Amino acid sequence: MEPIINMALLTMLAVVTVAIIGQRSLFGVVILASIYSFLIASVLVVLDAVDVAMTEASVGAGISTVLLLAALHLVKTIEVLPTQPRLPPLLVSALAGVTVIWGTLVLPPFGTADAPIHRHVVPRYIERSIEETNVPNLVSSILADYRGYDTLGETTVIFTAGIGVLLLLRGTRRRGHNDRAD
Amino acid sequence: MFIAATAAILMALSLAIARAIWGPTVFDRVLAGNSVGILAILLLAVVGFLTGRPAFLDIALTYALLNLIGTLAVLKFFRHGDLAYDVEERKP
Repeated sequence: MEPIINMALLTMLAVVTVAIIGQRSLFGVVILASIYSFLIASVLVVLDAVDVAMTEASVGAGISTVLLLAALHLVKTIEVLPTQPRLPPLLVSALAGVTVIWGTLVLPPFGTADAPIHRHVVPRYIERSIEETNVPNLVSSILADYRGYDTLGETTVIFTAGIGVLLLLRGTRRRGHNDRAD
Repeated sequence: MFIAATAAILMALSLAIARAIWGPTVFDRVLAGNSVGILAILLLAVVGFLTGRPAFLDIALTYALLNLIGTLAVLKFFRHGDLAYDVEERKP
């Protein structure tokens, strides 16, 4: 049953992607991008990656829609057709796509138990995680304990980005008030 | 039974996407986007029961809240043309 659901969802994803490319009204693009996020989140749920699906739904469908709308407020809502030739960018992206697909050819088949990624440190995590970290959830113990420094670095990056955005937004807000006062 | 429900949800999903792509007015698109969000929630719930692990049902709540925020942002954008619109601020 799962492959059929995935096939249906991935077909819809392809249709939405083509529609996004063809769409000239940028507002329609924002709505279609939000639909794309919900679809890819559903695919991830079917693939059992529920945590990734939740991140995709909150960032892709929730925050991105709001941010894109805020950007749409600053620019015009109709996409202008490009004046430069389109062939070179098409060739570059086609080449990049072919390279990525060529790279997947040497990957082990999906779901293989003895793939290299499952034999490196994962057996030790599974065996010793409970006694070493006392965390009942294996994924949480890896993210917050074994990869603690990594997670700390990620959190620092996001925190710094948040401070930067807040400072920038505050600057424009204040300037706006001054303009109105003048 | 869950298989039939999944098939129905996928069918409805494709119809909503068709409306979002062809919808002539903006409001068709907003409504279709909202419907896709709701159908994603339903699909998450049904797939949870289909695979015998309904524990993921809580995540559907997150989806529901996000869907609300997205739709509110879109509608506010259309009513006022500005996401940071504040009624109190604009009073004379």
